[in-house]
Order: sequence, then structure tokens, then C-alpha cells
Amino acid sequence: MFARLKQMLIKEFIQTLRDKRTRFILIGPPIIQMLVFGYAATFEIHHVATVVLDQDHSQQSRELISRFTSSPYFDVERQLTDRSQVRDLIDSGDATVAIEIDAGFAQKLEKGETAPVQVIVDATNSNTALIASAYVSQIALDFARQAQQDRMGRIAPALVSQIPSVSLESRPWYNVNLSSRWFFVPGVIGSLTLVLVITLTAFAVVREREIGTLEQIMVTPIRPFEFILGKTLPFFLIGLFDVSLIAVVGTLWFQVPFRGHIAVLALGSVLFLICMLGVGLLISTVSSTQQQAMVTAFFFIMPAITFSGFGFPIATMPVWLQYCTYLSPLRYFLVVLRGTYLKGIGLDILWPQMAAMGVLGFSLLAMAILRFHKAVE
Amino acid sequence: MSLTRLIAVARKEVLHIVRDARSLGIVIVMPVTLMLLFGYGVNLDLKGLPIYVYDQEGSQQSQDLLKHFQSSEYFHVAHEVDNYPALTCALDDGSAKMAIVIPWNFSQQLGAGGQVQVQALVDATDDNTANVLMGYAQAVVQGYGSQIQLDWLRRRGIAISTAPVSVETRTWYNENLESSAFIIPGVLALVMSVIGAFLTSLTIAREWERGSMEQLISTPVTAMEIMLGKLAPYFVIGMFDVAVCAFLAIEWFHVPFRGSFATLSLSSALFMIVVLALGFLISVLAKNQFAASQIALLITFLPAFLLSGFLFAIEQMPPVLQWITRILPARYYVSVLKKVFLKGTPTAMLSADLVPLAIFAIVLTLVATRSFHKRLE
Repeated sequence: MFARLKQMLIKEFIQTLRDKRTRFILIGPPIIQMLVFGYAATFEIHHVATVVLDQDHSQQSRELISRFTSSPYFDVERQLTDRSQVRDLIDSGDATVAIEIDAGFAQKLEKGETAPVQVIVDATNSNTALIASAYVSQIALDFARQAQQDRMGRIAPALVSQIPSVSLESRPWYNVNLSSRWFFVPGVIGSLTLVLVITLTAFAVVREREIGTLEQIMVTPIRPFEFILGKTLPFFLIGLFDVSLIAVVGTLWFQVPFRGHIAVLALGSVLFLICMLGVGLLISTVSSTQQQAMVTAFFFIMPAITFSGFGFPIATMPVWLQYCTYLSPLRYFLVVLRGTYLKGIGLDILWPQMAAMGVLGFSLLAMAILRFHKAVE
Repeated sequence: MSLTRLIAVARKEVLHIVRDARSLGIVIVMPVTLMLLFGYGVNLDLKGLPIYVYDQEGSQQSQDLLKHFQSSEYFHVAHEVDNYPALTCALDDGSAKMAIVIPWNFSQQLGAGGQVQVQALVDATDDNTANVLMGYAQAVVQGYGSQIQLDWLRRRGIAISTAPVSVETRTWYNENLESSAFIIPGVLALVMSVIGAFLTSLTIAREWERGSMEQLISTPVTAMEIMLGKLAPYFVIGMFDVAVCAFLAIEWFHVPFRGSFATLSLSSALFMIVVLALGFLISVLAKNQFAASQIALLITFLPAFLLSGFLFAIEQMPPVLQWITRILPARYYVSVLKKVFLKGTPTAMLSADLVPLAIFAIVLTLVATRSFHKRLE
């Protein structure tokens, strides 16, 4: 059995690695995707194009504006003179945030009334708008607190030092600088592996069927089980190689910390790869042409990634959809990846994920093998 | 060029599509699936996220502050714990996204008139969620703090207005800051990339792989007729899918549509030509279906997903990447989509997007024709 298996493995490796283009596809696109993702995928906001319409021209209004100018989140690009300019600039997309201070701002502050500041945000991108308006409020509130204190100082100077105040000290754990890259890079490792291993496995078997060589192999003494093992093992190894390659490139290039134990990640990767091989084989058993295989794979890959928590939080999905996410092996692998990379947690916390991947993986593989037997007979 | 021959080629292609039930299903099911996937699965409106609280004091006042958290729609107080390890564990295994810690001397310090600090420990693995959570928590604590101050002052006979400065934020184009309105229009670009480049490149690559392309060439049909004939059915399918997607977006997901349907059709037709030409080009250059599918994924689907502004704001990318997005057709199409749906920008103001799209359409068609001729020789 081992002799036959060995021959099969040699054949598979030669077949996969012979073509220059396929060789490139195993290495080039994953690395390019890792880099593009690392740079492009961010929900952080910095230097939002901002315009200011100051109709008060007082010291206070200038003070408030200078707080925006000195903030890294806003680039105050223009001081406007007329309200109609706001509409044009936001419409054309040249400005994302417009801050309007009406005449009488300083006067109201002095009198102890509430002085309004109007903020207009282009919410075409709802996420940018949400975060930008939070930053605007924060800056305005800081200014307000200062103004309140000044006012208190005038009314009751003796009490200023005694007034109680409550403040919140936020400590972002695991990702102190709130870097999007630290969040996305481990996720990209998982999703790229998913895409690569599924398409490779599905294509490899279907191609043999489409060309007609599958029948040829079946008339040799090789048994279906050996054939499956011979087909999957190379992709298992190639997949493992690709995970390591992408992981190393992503980690070193983007300087993402690895805080956990490498063995935990390795175990997670092996279990995840088993799942992916199972899916790839299953797809190959239901497809007779490569086009069908590709399309079927696409139908699996898109939801698997969307529901994995890769970029979009699972907690905000409708509840019925949250249940669906339990079916995506990537969901568990991402917890393992982020857990080992950023949180530095071990098996004592990650065992449910490992168990889930194990169960999913072996049932998928068993299903694939059963179906495959049938397809061959 | 003869119209009869062109129609004959197109008819053959239609027969191909119709005969393969799965491909036929795909052109109808795929757009709907993608729409539902992104419409339901991608939600960046963070609400009801699970938090843990650790009230070290358990006094009237600390409970008061916690009530503010409980009544906020953004948080869901999942558990109250009484020790630090429980908090750490909850953050580690992901059952809490944030933990609020109120110090044991909270009310005492407030009474003494000092500054009290409440702590928020945040799971920052997902930096975006963390950022938004910290903003909301800040707002809750600030609201509570200013109320305490006012009460304190009132008790001492000082009446002072609540807030010296009020921020009035207006979010234009997407008044309720719904992420679905921001994401769904861009799904059209994804759908067309898949239909146009992916499906086309695979079908045509298959003809090359099987040698039926050579058979076709040996008939009196000219290269131009083959190309147009093969692409025409996919153009029709693509436009049909645009209509389906637009219908779903407006009727099912209630995304506002403020522009003109004529502009939507014009830009979609241009983008469809672009992706079809790209798909054709890929099939000519790639040797086999696997390579074709991977290249199509890399140069059409991925840019449409990552670099088009569909999900991640282009202005927030590094300058080099921003420059690269300028040579990607998807960027211009997504920009048109968002403006047509949300902003209602008049067509005349869209020339900055439509002109590049038209140029891409012309150039890519020429390049595709040329390389097709070359390969035939």
C-alpha cells in the first residue's frame, strides 16, 4: 500500500509543481493579497478632509477650531466664508466633515448659555461618519469642559477645586495602538488558506475527471482510499507550506506580535486544513467540470468568509445568521489565530474551537470519502 | 462582419449556458446570494455588544452609573462579576468585548470632591469595534459625570446651564448611519466582476483547453465575430443581474435611490464592457482554467472588494495604494454607485468617474481584440 501511495504522491507533486504558472499561483497571489489586505483593509480614520465655517471670529471660536487643526484625525483644509460652500464641498466629496460656528458663539459662552456647534458629516461611508462624529464630539466636549471650568472659576472660585468629576480610563487590551493591521493580518492568513486549499483540491480531482484520467487511475491496482489519500496529502502539505509562508510574511512585514504558543497554532492549522480538504473533496464529488467546481467553491467560500468574523463582527448579525456562523470552519480558526497572535491564550481557552474544527473536519472528510466511493463505483 | 454569423456564435454560447443547469442557476442565484450575504451578514452598526461589569463598591452611586450603561442601546450587560480573573477570562475567550470596573472607593471619593476614575478594559483585537465601544463608554460616563456635577452645584445654590457647548451633528446622505446603505450599492460591482470576468474567462478558457476554439476558428467566422458573439450573452446576463440587484437593494433593503436610472444603466454598461474585456483577456493569456480563475480572482474580484472604496475608505489607504486605485475600473464604478444611490448627484457632475470608465472600456476592448488576434496566429 505504501509503495502505491508513494507513487501517487510523486505523481501529484510533479503534476502540481510542473507548470510554472501553477507554481507561481501557489506563492505569488497569496503574498500579493496579504500585502494589499494589510495596507488596504482598515476602518481606522486619520486626516479626514475637514472644512470650517467660522462666522463668529472670536477668540473662543478660533480656540475651538485650533483643537481640530491640531488633532491627527482631522485635516482642516479650508476656512470657508459662506454657508453655500459647505453644500458644494460635501456634495463633491472634497470634504467629509464641515464644522459650522455661528455668530454669537463667544457671547453665548460668556453669558452661560449653551453655544451650539453644527457639524455636517458625509455619511456615504457610514463607518467613517460614525467614528469621525465621535471624535468631533470628543473634541467639543473637552473644549466644553474647559469652558465650564472657566465659568465656574468666575462664579465660585472657591469651589472649583472641590467639584467632583468622573472620568473614564480606557485600556485597549491585546492591541494597544488599536491597529487595524493587527486585526486583519491573522484573519487574512486564515481566509487565504481557505481559498487556496479548497480551490486546489477541488480542481485537482475534477481536472482528472474532466480529462478522463480518473478512469485510467481507477483501473490500476490503487484503491479509492489510497487515491484520496494520495490526492489530499500533497495539498495538505502545500496548504501547510502556504499557511506558514503567508504567516511569516504577514507577521514580519506588518510586525504583528505572536504571543501564544506555536504548537497551539500548528494544531489549529492542521485541524483547519482537514476541514478545507474535506470541503474541497466534497465539491469535487458534486462537480463534473472545472467551471462547476470553481463556481461551487465560490458559493462556499463567500459565505464562509463573510460569516467567519473576518472583518464584520458576528455579534451585530441577525440572530438566525449568528447560528449559521457556527457552520463555518473559518470562524473557529480565526479565534485560534487571533487568540494565539494577539491574546496569547492557550488550549485551556481554545479547546472548544479545536474540538469544533475536529468534529467538522472529520465529518466533512468522511462524507467526502463516502461520496467519492460512490462516484467511483 | 456579418450579423448572421455573430448571432450564430451568440446562440451557441446561449445554448452552452442554458444546457448547463448549474451555470444558469448561478447567473440568477449568485447576485441574489451576494446581496443577501452582504445585506444581512455585514453590519457595522455596533449595538448591544456584550460587556461585563465589576462593581467593587456596590453602592447606590456606583449602581447608578451602571444603570446608565444598562439603559444604553449600545451595550448589553451580560454579567456582573466580583473578581478580576473572571474579567480577564471573559475578555480572553471573547464572551465580553469590554469590562467596566468601578473602584471600591467610588462614592466616597465623589463625596470628597475628587476626581474618580472608572476603568474600561476593552478587547481591542478588533480595533474598529474597540474604538466605537470606547467612544460610547466615554459618552455614558461623561453624561453621568456632568449630571453629578450639576447636582453638586445645585445643592450649593449655584445654577449653571448643563452644557456650555452643544454639538449638533447632521449626517448627510445616510441620515441614520446605516451601514447597509453604505455597503449594498457596492455589491453591484462585486456581482458584475464575478459574472463578467470570472464566468467569462472560465468558459472561454475551457474552449481553449478542449481545443474547440480552434475548431471554431476554422469556420468562416472572424475573430471579431467570435469575441462579440461570445460576450454578448454575458453582457445581457450582467445587465439583467444589475437590474435584479438594484431592485433588491431598493425594495428589499430599502437603500435610498436618489439619482437617475439612466446614469445607473450607463455606468453599469460601461463597467460591464470593462469586466468582459478583462475576462476575455485573461482567458486568452491564461493557459488553463485553474490559472484563469485565479487570475480573474486576483485582478477583478479582489480589487472590487478591497480597493474600490466598497468597504474600506480609499482616503485612509497609504498614498501608493491610493494611486494604484486610480488604475482600477472598479473604483470609478463604485464611486458612481454610491453617488447615484445615496447622494443623487446629477449625471453632469459624474464625469470624473464616467470618463475614466469609458476610457477603460475602449482601451481594454482594443487590447483584448489584439491579443486574441495574436494568439490565433
